[in-house]
Amino acid sequence: MGAAQSTSEEVRELVGKTGFSSDQIEQLHRRFKQLSGDQPTIRKEHFNNVPDLELNPIRSKIVRAFFDNRNLRKGPSGLADEINFEDFLTIMAYFQPIDVTMDEEQVQLCRKEKLRFLFHMYDSDSDGRITLEEYRNVVEELLSGNPHIEKESARSIADGAMMEAASVCVGQMEPDQVYEGITFDDFLKIWQGIDIETKMHIRFLNMETMALCH
Amino acid sequence: MGIQAPGLLSPWPWLLLLVALRGSEATSALNKPTGPPAQQAPGAGLASGPALGERITVFELDYDYVQVPYEVTLWILLASLAKIGFHLHHRLPGLMPESCLLIIVGALVGAIIFGTDHKSPPVMDSNIYFLYLLPPIVLEGGYFMPTRPFLENIGSILWWAGLGALVNALGIGLSLYLICQIKAFGLSDVNLLQNLVFGSLISAVDPVAVLAVFEEARVNEPLYMMIFGEALLNDGISVVLYNILIAFTKMHKFESIEPVDVLAGCARFIIVGVGGVFFGIIFGFVSAFITRFTQNISAIEPLIVFMFSYLSYLSAETLYLSGILAITACAVTMKKYVEENVSQTSYTTIKYFMKMLSSVSETLIFIFMGVSTVGKNHEWNWAFVGFTLAFCLLWRAISVFTLFYVSNRFRTFPFSAKDQCIIFYSGVRGAGSFSLAFLLPLSLFPRKNMFVTATLVVIYFTVFIQGITIGPLVRYLDVKKTNKKESINEELHIRLMDHLKAGIEDVCGQWSHYQVRDKFKKFDHKYLRKILIRENLPRSSIVSLYKKLEMKQALEMAETGALSASAFSRPHQAQPSQGTKRLSPEDVASMRDLLTRNMYQVRQRTPSYNKYNLQPQTTEKQAKEILIRRQNTLRESMRKGHSLPWGTPAGAKNIRYLSFPYSRPRPARGGGAAAALEDADSSDSELSFAMFHEHSPARSLQERQRIQQITTVKSLNRGGKLSSSGYQISPSQEEHVGRSRKALRPKPLFHPVDEERESGEESGEEASPPGAGQWAEHGREPRRPLLRRK
Repeated sequence: MGAAQSTSEEVRELVGKTGFSSDQIEQLHRRFKQLSGDQPTIRKEHFNNVPDLELNPIRSKIVRAFFDNRNLRKGPSGLADEINFEDFLTIMAYFQPIDVTMDEEQVQLCRKEKLRFLFHMYDSDSDGRITLEEYRNVVEELLSGNPHIEKESARSIADGAMMEAASVCVGQMEPDQVYEGITFDDFLKIWQGIDIETKMHIRFLNMETMALCH
Repeated sequence: MGIQAPGLLSPWPWLLLLVALRGSEATSALNKPTGPPAQQAPGAGLASGPALGERITVFELDYDYVQVPYEVTLWILLASLAKIGFHLHHRLPGLMPESCLLIIVGALVGAIIFGTDHKSPPVMDSNIYFLYLLPPIVLEGGYFMPTRPFLENIGSILWWAGLGALVNALGIGLSLYLICQIKAFGLSDVNLLQNLVFGSLISAVDPVAVLAVFEEARVNEPLYMMIFGEALLNDGISVVLYNILIAFTKMHKFESIEPVDVLAGCARFIIVGVGGVFFGIIFGFVSAFITRFTQNISAIEPLIVFMFSYLSYLSAETLYLSGILAITACAVTMKKYVEENVSQTSYTTIKYFMKMLSSVSETLIFIFMGVSTVGKNHEWNWAFVGFTLAFCLLWRAISVFTLFYVSNRFRTFPFSAKDQCIIFYSGVRGAGSFSLAFLLPLSLFPRKNMFVTATLVVIYFTVFIQGITIGPLVRYLDVKKTNKKESINEELHIRLMDHLKAGIEDVCGQWSHYQVRDKFKKFDHKYLRKILIRENLPRSSIVSLYKKLEMKQALEMAETGALSASAFSRPHQAQPSQGTKRLSPEDVASMRDLLTRNMYQVRQRTPSYNKYNLQPQTTEKQAKEILIRRQNTLRESMRKGHSLPWGTPAGAKNIRYLSFPYSRPRPARGGGAAAALEDADSSDSELSFAMFHEHSPARSLQERQRIQQITTVKSLNRGGKLSSSGYQISPSQEEHVGRSRKALRPKPLFHPVDEERESGEESGEEASPPGAGQWAEHGREPRRPLLRRK
């Protein structure tokens, strides 16, 4: 990534692959180098350099998401040990705003990708379902910032949410029917009416603004 | 529908009004020699007795004494009756804004007063309007503002509301001035300043009136917020502008305006605005702080809220800062903390009282507007009126499209052209414009009547024509809808998304307004809440939502679900803030269970703001159905004659998560814990009773037994394993204390419930130490939790 002569070609390649503009790629590359300490790859420990991330309750999930093979499209499960810049960009690409000028199919595809990213965050054991335990885990982490909320509350919230999800996905259940967990399709159903496009995006701003903000 | 509007048709208020008018005429006729009747109330009354001798009269009519309050009250009542009629008709509220109705009523009253040649009471003058009528309206707008969407869109809102008002005001003013220059229209004596003042007052929109119509169509949230934000800030900005221009007019009656004055005006504009907001925030914090200490006299909590808001308004006005912006900022700041501090009844009182006050104010203003309409003091000038209307529409279009063009560049999700059309079309004028026009000082504005006429025409046009057609327009344009559901999942996901975004932005090294929000939240939690909230339990929005839903359900069930409701009075959610801020998970789970089993969806929650009404109780029907079903199942199970509360009857259904921990193994089901839900189910029935228990501990034994029996049977329904012995309320609580997982359970809302349930040694309470141990054993086997319906 550091070789000067092939940079512009690589940049162009990345532009093609990820959909970022070359400015944004340069920017993110700078950031990547900052995080990794000028090394070509990032490991989990490097994320400790981001101070604000420490205060984030779902920090571990976020960091994990960067290394998740499913997000990196490298495999159905498992975690990578380290990621290079291209992987970094791949993850970041999930947060691009959906271009409203695209046609409906494309929009749906993008939306699905984003939701899949979210799904992977919940489904930590990569079995394709969000089980109650995983859901609880998420809720506990989300509420972990508040020391006064006990585990039971978190758990019951998760249980309630799970039940709600069950009702949305499966509706009235027969006796002896077993609900195993939220699959990706169920997950999509839950999110059906809600505009994730408007929420899951980060503005990869232009250079000038970035300079101001630092 | 065939429902008439009884309010309008009912003869009584009309009769009263006529009697009043006749009465006042009688007295005024008698008092002609003695001067205007209103001035000499008691004296005139006495003097107007039988003019013959000084006899004691058995029956006298003294109308002047009560004239002003009497008529004001009549007006308000009349409007209220009309509103009742309006809402009885199912489709009307969705068709036209309520302002239409108020204007019609006002015009009718005006017609009557005009027809009987009556002198209307001096309801409207500058002081009364600015000091008494305006603050409640603004306070209500600020208080009911949905904070989070507002703050998310705040950039666009400020840009649009602030600049939009300015552009409109100046644009309309200047264009009209140009028109006035044309000699043919006979308007050359209206100078620039007067036109500018007129422009500023005519640009004061009141789009809240159309929000109710919007709600029918359920437009998307950013659009809704733009309209709302505009309504909120527009009043303030127009009044500020109006005052500055009036000051200019007064000052420069004889000289021309120098640039330095214009600059001073601009600077003043900014200072007034920002200063007002600053004042409001300070007062908001002070009042939030004070409500921290009002546990013991909760009756004065509403008083504190109102008085402080009003004080913020008055203090800002003292310093010539914008009182409107102050009171808005005060309401917004105070709301979050006050809601947590005050008791439930105070909270309800505050909401209702606020609505009531603003409703009264607005009614009075509209009626007065109607009265002014049907009157002699009009000056109709075709050119002025016509061009005013045209320019209002034109400049609004210009400002909408240009301002949004600019702000769309900075928004990730720009407003579409359709949205912009809707925003343009929602420029409905209202009471604000009229008041400002009416209060123009005649000395400075010799052609005031013309201004008033033009204002009235614009208001009538926009309210009726635009107000009625905007609903169909929204539907026709198929504006993007919102689809918010008040569900736990959604709340969770949104929260997760927030954190995710903040995290990714941190990783990217970016600084965006999400981080600002995060930082503010941290600051808020660390410092502000400690100072301002009563028992500083930091709460997350997920938990708040949960608790809110739970309380709502509990209230409903208490109101409609108590089978022995006749015996007990309606309970109140008395003191939820007294140390019981924690969850009662079973209750919520029971609620969820109830919902799932009975196939009810949680109602949709759109950002719902109705200026004239609090949220209608849409869940009443739902609660009634729950009640009916419960009664049915109860009847069935009674027929089956179960007496053993422990066993699980064959037909009972319940949902279980098999990986829940439980304190003792259930006989019939293998391999898993029984549901918290069964627990919960019974708990929800107990909930209603528990509430009664809290309030009336000394209960007759018979009633208690009846309760026990009923709740026992009900819990049988759910397959619960409650022991009937568990229902002894106070005395036997202790014996069952030792039984299970009480140790770490969160303190539930209702203590007896807790104890009872535990005495039943329910399954399903998830994370308590004894249970946890067992769960650890059992939970591992089926890795996936199974949701089983038996």
